[in-house]
Amino acid sequence: MATASLEVTDLACRRGGRRVFEHVSFALGGGELLALTGPNGSGKTTLLRALATLGRAEAGTIAWRDADIAWLGHLDGLKGDLTVFENIDVAERLRGAAPDRARIDGALAAFDLAALAARPVRTLSAGQRRRAALARVAASRANAWLLDEPFNALDMASQKSLRAVLAQHLAAGGLAIAATHVPLDIVGVRTWELGTGELGT
Amino acid sequence: MTAGAALFLRDLRLVLRRPGDVVVVLAFFVVATTLFPLGIGPEQNLLARIAGGVLWSAALFAALLSLERLFASDHEDGALDLLLLAPGALELAVLAKCAAHWIVTGLPLAVLAPLLGVAFGLDGRSLAAVALTLLVGTPTLSLIGGLAAALTLGARKSGALLALLALPLCVPTLIFGTGAIEAVATGEGFTVHIAILAALALMAVATLPWAMAAALRQAGE
Repeated sequence: MATASLEVTDLACRRGGRRVFEHVSFALGGGELLALTGPNGSGKTTLLRALATLGRAEAGTIAWRDADIAWLGHLDGLKGDLTVFENIDVAERLRGAAPDRARIDGALAAFDLAALAARPVRTLSAGQRRRAALARVAASRANAWLLDEPFNALDMASQKSLRAVLAQHLAAGGLAIAATHVPLDIVGVRTWELGTGELGT
Repeated sequence: MTAGAALFLRDLRLVLRRPGDVVVVLAFFVVATTLFPLGIGPEQNLLARIAGGVLWSAALFAALLSLERLFASDHEDGALDLLLLAPGALELAVLAKCAAHWIVTGLPLAVLAPLLGVAFGLDGRSLAAVALTLLVGTPTLSLIGGLAAALTLGARKSGALLALLALPLCVPTLIFGTGAIEAVATGEGFTVHIAILAALALMAVATLPWAMAAALRQAGE
């Protein structure tokens, strides 16, 4: 897995005709995790969508190098009528990758989903769906994870699993950016409160 | 397997898991067309004359009815973001989705239509013409409706807006579809009509995916 890096220069974004932030500049490399915090409406999702190239930047540049992006939006992106396993399998194929059975099983186990793998997603609770969506990200070989509120609806045990998976991703040289209100408690995480502070370490 | 093929199979699998959506559309087609013989009465000549137009119009409405959900469900559950981020061409992905839609809607409509044509007193040659024109013409409807579905994504009353956008664009297909059936009834050949229907379908395949992809990228922002 090549190491991804990201350099954002003087980024400004607009949402609903209003400029939500401007002059955003930062750089991120492999093994680094950036936690985006900040009050509701401060532009965390807008920034993430712009970084994923799902949204448009009004000004500035976003330069990814050697990046293979995995996206977790505030919606899970799972089809209710497919099983958890089928959802992850088809997501891999849509990414143009050949699904790796062992890797998917590993990701399912990491989020304690092995017993739910054959269940249609529509029969799962909100927290279980979130875990399935996170397993989809973890099962991909992507080296850059963009996560919008990954802790949404997760119970304490699952939050712990997510921290472990994130730490493992970083240790393998991966890069991650997460918009979250939950303290990440992971070694090496950089936190940035959008709208107010500077990038911390 | 390429991403487009995976998406095609995914959509077919989703329909198989929830066949009711397609059954409702086909049932609508059956009910809407049988209303005409019931309403007009047993005037064999009149029924045979209007059969082509009725079957084609009803097929058009049925196709549009099902197209509203083409991108809306992916939009609602966030799967659209994954399609937008997929490394392959989005144009191929939307083409795959329209192809899957045609398999589960256009194709069954073309199979059902000649059976319904019997109620209008159509002869064997006309029934074959009905099936053949729908077979060649419905892919165009799937693509035009797909574009309208992409453009109206997230709009309120998107169903009505979709019909308003798509129906005028479907007029050429409708004219040549019914024209072919009429040509057969009057003893003329219908090769030219079929050729034009095929040309319209090919034109739709060659141009509309780009417009659809652009509309989806807009909706994703």
